Amino acid sequence: MFDQKVIEMILIGIKDTLYMTLVSTFFGYVLGLPYGIILKVTGKDGLRPNRIIYGIGDFICNIIRSVPFLILLILLIPFTRAIVGQSYGSTATIVPLVICAAPYIARVVEASLNEVDAGVIEAAKSMGANNFQIIFKVLLVEARVSLFSGMIITTGLLLGYSAMSGTVGGGGLGDIAVRYGYYRWQTDIMIVTVVLLIVIFQIIQNLGTWILPHIDHRKR
Amino acid sequence: MEEILKIEHLSKRFDDLSILEDINLSVNKGEVTVILGPSGCGKSTLLRCINGLEEIQEGNVFLDGKTVNPPLKNTGKDRTKIGMVFQSYELFPHKTILENVILAPIVVQKRKKEEVVKEAKQLLERVGLSSKKAQYPRQLSGGQKQRAAIVRALIMNPEVLLFDEVTAALDPEMVREVLDVMLDLAKQNRTMLIVTHEMAFARAVADRILFLDGGQIVEDTTPEQFFDAPKTERAAKFLQTFSFES
Repeated sequence: MFDQKVIEMILIGIKDTLYMTLVSTFFGYVLGLPYGIILKVTGKDGLRPNRIIYGIGDFICNIIRSVPFLILLILLIPFTRAIVGQSYGSTATIVPLVICAAPYIARVVEASLNEVDAGVIEAAKSMGANNFQIIFKVLLVEARVSLFSGMIITTGLLLGYSAMSGTVGGGGLGDIAVRYGYYRWQTDIMIVTVVLLIVIFQIIQNLGTWILPHIDHRKR
Repeated sequence: MEEILKIEHLSKRFDDLSILEDINLSVNKGEVTVILGPSGCGKSTLLRCINGLEEIQEGNVFLDGKTVNPPLKNTGKDRTKIGMVFQSYELFPHKTILENVILAPIVVQKRKKEEVVKEAKQLLERVGLSSKKAQYPRQLSGGQKQRAAIVRALIMNPEVLLFDEVTAALDPEMVREVLDVMLDLAKQNRTMLIVTHEMAFARAVADRILFLDGGQIVEDTTPEQFFDAPKTERAAKFLQTFSFES
């Protein structure tokens, strides 16, 4: 049905999509995890409430999250060019993906950490643990189930966003779907790419669902 | 007798609501003090003020002459000398019983792991939990969880142990196993402050009874005196709520 060239293109598309999704999830967490911890720690019931720091963090987070991804992609073009040297292609797409993901991840992390029972944190305090020890030995450990499922959700979201970046030449399966399906009316190629996106999404989600019970010791 | 814990003019308020008013207390080493009083009288808050879980508005808490509340820069270290056991256990749900017990000695006190594990195993054995050390808190009964929580506090080698209604969440048949562990600790001359509603236990374990009402220490006396002939009407009324006549 497809010639060698198209198949090759789709294979590269799969590789690019996975590359964008996984690398941007990784760097999203590099920024978003500390960001979320800061929000939790400086929040109202945090270990060290600080109105000003929380206020600023909260504000920046909300601003970035309210800008539609497509607009962010365009707004960030000069920044992207400064960092990776070009504004198109899958590596360039990672920059706006990370910027978009970090505040989202920060919120997900903050929500996960908020789920940790306040009593357990008090127990740690009563044993003389300092804030640093509480964050790394209690908060992050006890919130790991929720943190992990948050990561799976985030990866799925970034898979979708990486496809969206196809509209501005981002590469990957989304790019192929837009170029062939939308501009050239080659519906068959579009359908194949969409099915592939669905399959990748399912794999990520199922992998998460399969791992989750193995790290959860609260119930069985 | 050597004084270990001293509270001077402690006052605690939540906004405008006064919880504790001008509390003064001196506790000697090895003394078992049971704090009684109607609910809402500030018993639990007093314990929480002692180990710094609550901010206090006035006064000082001293452990061995050093201020622990309001906290100073190096209070963290002194805080490890006050152990606390909570009503709802507060074990770390994602850690095994052994991991729960060894976490603080290794992380906070920086002790060697092998040594801590060895001591943890001995202590768990002592409270009859040897077989549970590799299990997670959800696999244990309430009484077992509370015994594990006591071991977790004990392994820090605290100078003072605080027990905040530790049997209140337990089924009646599990109360005994926890109280037995506490009686055993009392026999070892541990300094303990216990908030409880178990009157018979209070009488058996206490060297001293504090009766709190309305945020103040109303009576400070021996268990015999308190249970047989309370000095104040408030204490007598409180004790009446625990007796039944047919």
